[in-house]
Amino acid sequence: MSRQAFSALSLIWRGLSRHRSWQNQWRKPQPKAAYDAVIVGGGGHGLGAAYYLAKEHGIRNVAVLEKGWIGGGNTGRNTTIIRSNYLFNESAALYDHSLKLWEDLSQVLNYNVMFSPRGVMMLAHTVHDIQVFKRHVHANRCNGVDNEWLEPEQAKEFCPPLNIADNIRYPVLGAALQRRGGTARHDAVAWGYARAADSLGVDIIENCEVTGIRRGAGGAVEALETTRGLIGARKIGVSAAGHTSVIMRMAGVHVPLESFPLQALVSEPVKPVFPCVVMSNTIHAYISQSDKGELVIGAGTDAYTSYTQRGALHVNTHTLDAICELFPNFRRLRMMRNWGGIVDVTPDRSPIIAKTPVPGLFVNCGWGTGGFKATPGSAHVFAWTIARDEPHPINAPFTIERFRDGYLIDEAAAAAVAH
Amino acid sequence: MLVIVCPYCGKRPEIEFSYGGQAHLARPGQPAQLDDQAWAEFLYMRTNTKGVYAERWRHARGCGRFFNALRDTSTDHFLAFYKTGEAQPVLPGRAP
Repeated sequence: MSRQAFSALSLIWRGLSRHRSWQNQWRKPQPKAAYDAVIVGGGGHGLGAAYYLAKEHGIRNVAVLEKGWIGGGNTGRNTTIIRSNYLFNESAALYDHSLKLWEDLSQVLNYNVMFSPRGVMMLAHTVHDIQVFKRHVHANRCNGVDNEWLEPEQAKEFCPPLNIADNIRYPVLGAALQRRGGTARHDAVAWGYARAADSLGVDIIENCEVTGIRRGAGGAVEALETTRGLIGARKIGVSAAGHTSVIMRMAGVHVPLESFPLQALVSEPVKPVFPCVVMSNTIHAYISQSDKGELVIGAGTDAYTSYTQRGALHVNTHTLDAICELFPNFRRLRMMRNWGGIVDVTPDRSPIIAKTPVPGLFVNCGWGTGGFKATPGSAHVFAWTIARDEPHPINAPFTIERFRDGYLIDEAAAAAVAH
Repeated sequence: MLVIVCPYCGKRPEIEFSYGGQAHLARPGQPAQLDDQAWAEFLYMRTNTKGVYAERWRHARGCGRFFNALRDTSTDHFLAFYKTGEAQPVLPGRAP
């Protein structure tokens, strides 16, 4: 299980030796009869949880079961935006925990996740936006999270392609800027965690769909029925994004989730033209430029619940209307690909990272339209929760029971849109 | 884009409609009798079914009326449209 370490020297050496000596980055093991812990879902959150279980909690007899292939779900379908400027104390703690882990993740994993803190700018278009964003700025500063208010001219200076003319339908009245925010390479996050977890002994089992969860006489989980046979498990961590409801129902647990298609699209690649990330909640546009040169654009969710990884074109068109008005330079760009992913949305738009009523069963879900940014932090506290059978202080408020007890973390109301 | 058949107006594109979520959710008859768990079930818990799902639509940019539909959420194919107040149609050979 020793793996090749990456360095500049090793890259040059393998380049000169015609790239013949690369090894697989992780094994393709057959599932064992039983594991101490099994993670359902091989996206960034699940692979990360397996990595932290092995790395920080010494639990190495772990498997990650993935229905498809690593990074083929929402991890490979999002628009890679990373930020932590959430309103409420609980959210700020969780997302900023994650942002701090992003900062040295490439070094920790010895895998370049291309984290690029280029700044995330959220545009205000109405008086209400201005008030809400300034409230966010102040709340964030109280929580030690950087966020600053920009006037339109300052926003234009930070992002020169931005149109701040006052004759458009929703003129830019200002912006909130988190300079520590940015982007990362989404596939590399999954691959980096997979490689690091595998080298610690974690079995990553692809093409393995969970079809049932078996529970013992005391109600605790015992095993998973899968398309690759029965797999025993003392603990099960479900990290299955849009399919979480389906998996949890196998254990008789209901979670307050609805699954919606969320769409994104990329343009043809062009030279570097866009220096930062720009988001507009009000007119619904999310845009950044990848290192390949494509403009990466996030559209909205479709109106209806669905498990198909596609959506309707009018959702994308709506976002492109907004993009073309904010960035008139891009009007003649051609869009190259569009796709959808299934996101699991909670009523308060905050995640659930918690124990469940079933002993040995844990769940990390409800990330809705904004789970990528939280990948390292979410995985880190989820692994803690599984290993110790109790939540980390950071994820303690993010329970299923908060909906019963009235302790919502209502980022839905704070942002007034899905985010 | 989905093509939706309004029971009153006929076949129309999805952009004429707004979505109303899970159908056949009745507000509890005796709200004062409910405990917190029962309220949470009513307010927040949805079946989020992968498969045949009964849901509400409203022809918001048409006749304005609510109606129900059965849709397979794993394919997005509609299986039936019916008026509010009518019983959920039973589909031969498919689990509800």
